[in-house]
Amino acid sequence: MSWTLLDRCCDKCMHSPENPCPDYIECRLSGPLCHDDERCRELRRRRLEELRYGERGAKIKVPVTSCALAAGADAVYRAVKDAVEKMDFEATITISGCYGLDFIDPWVELAAKEMPTAIYASVKPGDIPRILEEYFIKRDVSGAFALKERMGTASGEDKVPLLSELSFWAKQYRWVSRNCGVVNPESLEEYVASGGYGGLSRALKIGPEKVIDEIQRSGLKGRGGAGFPTGLKWKFTRQQAATPKYVIANAHEGDPSVFVNRLLAESDPFRIIEGLTIAGYAIGANKGYVFVGAEKPLMAERLRKAVEEAKRYGFLGRNILASGFDFGVEVVLSAGAYVSGEETAIIAAIEGKRAWPRQRPPYPSERGLWGKPTVINNVETLAHAATIMAEGAEKFAAVGTEKTKGTKMFCVTGAVKRVGVYEVPIGTSIRVLVEELAGGAPESVRIKAVHVGDPAGGCIPVNLLDLPLDDEVLQGAGATIGSGGVVVISDKNCIVDVAKFYLSFALAESCGECIPCRVGLRVMYGVLDKITKGEGAEEDLQVLKQVAEVVKSTSLCALGGTAPNPVLSTLRHFMDEYLAHVSEKRCPASVCSALRARAG
Amino acid sequence: MKKPKGSAEAGILPNGVFEGVPKAPHGLLEALRRVQAVYGYLPPEWISKAAEYVGVSFAQAYSVATFYHQYSLEPIGKYRIIVCTGLACHLKGSDTNIESLRAFLKLKPGQRTTEDGLFSVEETRCLGCCGLAPVVVIEKPDGSSEILGKVDPCTLHVLVERYRRQEGGEAE
Repeated sequence: MSWTLLDRCCDKCMHSPENPCPDYIECRLSGPLCHDDERCRELRRRRLEELRYGERGAKIKVPVTSCALAAGADAVYRAVKDAVEKMDFEATITISGCYGLDFIDPWVELAAKEMPTAIYASVKPGDIPRILEEYFIKRDVSGAFALKERMGTASGEDKVPLLSELSFWAKQYRWVSRNCGVVNPESLEEYVASGGYGGLSRALKIGPEKVIDEIQRSGLKGRGGAGFPTGLKWKFTRQQAATPKYVIANAHEGDPSVFVNRLLAESDPFRIIEGLTIAGYAIGANKGYVFVGAEKPLMAERLRKAVEEAKRYGFLGRNILASGFDFGVEVVLSAGAYVSGEETAIIAAIEGKRAWPRQRPPYPSERGLWGKPTVINNVETLAHAATIMAEGAEKFAAVGTEKTKGTKMFCVTGAVKRVGVYEVPIGTSIRVLVEELAGGAPESVRIKAVHVGDPAGGCIPVNLLDLPLDDEVLQGAGATIGSGGVVVISDKNCIVDVAKFYLSFALAESCGECIPCRVGLRVMYGVLDKITKGEGAEEDLQVLKQVAEVVKSTSLCALGGTAPNPVLSTLRHFMDEYLAHVSEKRCPASVCSALRARAG
Repeated sequence: MKKPKGSAEAGILPNGVFEGVPKAPHGLLEALRRVQAVYGYLPPEWISKAAEYVGVSFAQAYSVATFYHQYSLEPIGKYRIIVCTGLACHLKGSDTNIESLRAFLKLKPGQRTTEDGLFSVEETRCLGCCGLAPVVVIEKPDGSSEILGKVDPCTLHVLVERYRRQEGGEAE
């Protein structure tokens, strides 16, 4: 293998994982720092250019993530390899993460020196030879979906829009997702070249107290749903006398139709591992765990590879960057249970038990894994922390609302033209996200409601779309940002059916430990089932509401505590649709089959 | 040649099946996963081997094996057809896919695996490929798996038929 950015530039460099240099990271980008040699500078400059255009001045990037694979990226990758061999043409082929623009899957990105980098959307294996010939040989980009920059060197440039001008890109604020789709997720070198590990390097120099101080100043709150201030959580755990302490990255994204964490971890796993390392340093832990949901094998594989690579280059292990700080990470895979994403349930699962949540307090910060003080953060939160340490608290806090700073990745699915993951400042309106970024409803349907915040969230009717994505306001309307799931519901979907879906999900996933959740959800499901079968009466709606309130206020953990939200919010905003089912025995969207038959 | 799955009756657990698994209670989830990867399910005698390896009681190992969705205590089909039941897939017809597939494979209510042991129809929680809803994953006997997007009953029938023909050809 040729020289990489992570290797020593010459014999004067003394860095190795066994004998680390504290300035290793800075040296990678602006080195050499400890000696002056034009040859070493040149070596770095050349390598940075190679990373952009490949060793031969031509680079082809194919996304390899779960979503791209489902769209056929595997066949596209093979077609690219074949085409390059047959054309007798020298190009570097690499994999990349995903831009979050699911509607262009599978895509390829082509780059060459003195050419604008071009993205080709929805490509088929059969198109590849033609696309490569047009771009690399004829230097014609007219068939591209978007360009990364304009250079005036290729023909057809004026026919193709710039990515940065397209509404679904321009309206985003790509802070934590900046590397998604850009770097090779299996290359530590590319991560470092993009500024990665700058956060850890800085953290280790300023000391744990100042790290916590900076995270507190940034105003970062947990991105997994509960929204607890991250700096405060770290501070509490640091203050505990008991040792050892642990940190856990929650990569168990179980909410239906939410794939924010999966996209982030498959596209930029090192940022999560860096954030976890910083969290460990801040609270005084030497061991971290990444807990991954069983449905996401590629996510686990990427995180495992990232841990191995980080270990190999001394970003994990003993005396990291000569700071005296030791840290190791283990990736643990769940065996499938929604509740195992709840923080006390994660602890039980890592300990090798049933993922049963337990009563809090004591909170994990006091008594967590093996009874020891433990910090559990969502992976997006950790990635934010790493970015904040690199870029500074002020830059993060520059966007967002008064009470909640920064950005959040949201994934928009359902009745929209552009399904995908979009990162926007907290406080952006639902309308901007759904209409300007995700493109609004497809031609044949109208948007009826937007379900915000996963099973724990609620349905917002279309007349309230101007509400901001901010928990302070959304909670007043019966919803929450949650982990960032936004499902757009059209007039072809039945609201009662959606509520029943979420409830059946919670019912199936209820662990059965506490009575309100185990029995209450079953009663509620029974009522909804009756209603969708046309056997409901108006009194049933009262029962539904009463039981929902009880389950919400008396359940042991957040699963039961939030499971009634979709029912309560739809009862509040869509009473007319429930009444159509019970009084008129009619399903306005013609979804409930029993009622459909009756109407016919 | 396809790699045959082991059989519990044969009573053989490959050497090094637990390699790298922590020899402590917290290795239990992984130890069970390794056993299931060999047999395709968890025969009781091998649950106890996993329990012994990590040093917990059979009762604890059994309670864990029955708790998580991904462990199966009964044999499953050579081809596992796993249908995503996330909301995006639900709204785009995953129920119809399941119903049609179950009818096509003549599965009775509650039955997961076909009589000939060739196919299992399973449901899974959201796989996070919502842009391609409805999504189905097929795990094949050679250990590989395929994610299929925008699936309809017709695609599934064609696939099932193709696998059936392949298997028939092999038996001859």
